[in-house]
Amino acid sequence: MSASPSARPDAVGDVSASIPHRRPALREALIGYSMLAPAVAVLAVFAYYPLYRLVHYALYRPNRFGTGEVYVGASNIGKVLTSDEFLDGLWISVRYMLYTVPTGLVIGLALALAAHRRLRGIKVFQAIFSSTVATSVAVAAVVFFGLVNPKIGKFGDISFISLAHADSALRGVALTSIWQNVGLTFVIVLAGLQAVPDAVLEAARIDGFGPMRRLFRVTLPLIAPTLLFLVVILMIFGFQAFAPMEILTNGGPARATETLVYKIFNRRSPALISEGSVMALGLFGLTFIVTLLQLTILNRRVHYGE
Amino acid sequence: MRDAGWYVVLSAISLVVLYPVWMTIVRAVSEPFVYIQRRQPMWPVAIDWGVFRTAWADGAMGRAMWITLVVTAIITIAQLVTSVLAAYAFAYLRFPLKNTLFVLLIATLLLPIEVTLVANIRTIRELGWLDSLQGLSAPFLASAFGIFLIRQGFLGIPSELRDAARLDGFGHLAFLRKVAIPVNRPLIGSFVLITALSAWNNYLWPRAAVTEQRWETIQVALRSISSQRPERFNVGIAAAIIASLPILALLVVFQKQIIRGLTAGAVKG
Repeated sequence: MSASPSARPDAVGDVSASIPHRRPALREALIGYSMLAPAVAVLAVFAYYPLYRLVHYALYRPNRFGTGEVYVGASNIGKVLTSDEFLDGLWISVRYMLYTVPTGLVIGLALALAAHRRLRGIKVFQAIFSSTVATSVAVAAVVFFGLVNPKIGKFGDISFISLAHADSALRGVALTSIWQNVGLTFVIVLAGLQAVPDAVLEAARIDGFGPMRRLFRVTLPLIAPTLLFLVVILMIFGFQAFAPMEILTNGGPARATETLVYKIFNRRSPALISEGSVMALGLFGLTFIVTLLQLTILNRRVHYGE
Repeated sequence: MRDAGWYVVLSAISLVVLYPVWMTIVRAVSEPFVYIQRRQPMWPVAIDWGVFRTAWADGAMGRAMWITLVVTAIITIAQLVTSVLAAYAFAYLRFPLKNTLFVLLIATLLLPIEVTLVANIRTIRELGWLDSLQGLSAPFLASAFGIFLIRQGFLGIPSELRDAARLDGFGHLAFLRKVAIPVNRPLIGSFVLITALSAWNNYLWPRAAVTEQRWETIQVALRSISSQRPERFNVGIAAAIIASLPILALLVVFQKQIIRGLTAGAVKG
């Protein structure tokens, strides 16, 4: 460290020598901690404390009279995690991801490839393609309510996406997310394409690469990290989706659109919080895997840029 | 000639992307019964522009919009302040446990509101904050994403600039205010816009943190307005259009900054 050997903190007679070394470090630490304090306080109370509470509720359950708690033990966790409710919710969430992630990726890529070119007025098309970022999930859900609702929707009787039947309802709901994600996926892939140096594509062209080979051998490998990032984001959006189900189907019919988050939301009352907490911890596990993936990518990209 | 082909393709895609928007407008302004009787045409029938006024008045949208605006402002300003301060500490100051604290803060990305919901609602209820501005905003006053993003921006400031500021006698606060923030204005601007956008659009938390209709945010109010009987469906749709207008205005004015914020992390830069 920078402290000189004589700068002992308690050396009373050595004030003039110790102050320049010791005081700034302490001062710096104090400034640092006070700058961190607000963020730490918020995240401690609303991120870590709830995590502790989830574990607590998972292990304890209010007694019949609501006067105290009964230890239900880790077996409760196992029981909920293997229950049909949880597994159904998990499977429905996974299916929702399967409906929204690949389609989102393909649509984003197709739109960005179409709109990444020098053309008069291309900005107008880019603005239109990105326009759905202005919608919220709730607005998108109301919009698709008008399109796929079985009673009043223009496409309400198409069986593949019918909200009236348990085996197709989730696909109808997924249209909401697919459409709402168009804008975001488009701007992300477009930004990726714009970062590909023209010189590289030009060199490939001179080497005799046709448009298809340029796309598959040059462009796509170069934007692969962007696409991976997009997949991660879409996965997170997919299994966190809640408003589309609540507004379009209320989880129905026959609970066929009750995703994990939907089930957790409906278990927030004190009577059901034990089960809800275990499910939330399950969702945490899922989030953990996907977010670590995201951080790895983010980190790599950031270091790449330095 | 090739250009013409691309115009056709791009226009066709535009029509598909905008189709739901157009149908939404058509539905909103058409008289619901006549519209369904005529087998749901592509254009409006029996147009009634008054539906927007009805939606505004019936759904108490004014109040919902106002609540959402206040909550959005609280969240955005708070996240800006907490993120900038924490980011600065992590970027420029040395103190014990710095790396541990950094990892702990960033790790809260693993604890999104969907995971913490049931426990946080309990906390808010115990604090007596259900149906209140503080209840609606409290969990969002700090963000790991913001800290991480702005710290990256601060770290990008050349060390010569830092040394020059130090020689000029700038303390930490002066350096933060006069150099670090101004230099990163574009990044911070994008962050503010994205934060405001997601605060305005938030659905799950306000849905759970509100039990009385008069505390509903605009997104939650849309649910109640739109789950009315079919003959009043045009009102719900009109409400959704009104609810989107502020964000649409924001997007028109700040398109570049918003898109930069949305793509932050996707590509370097």
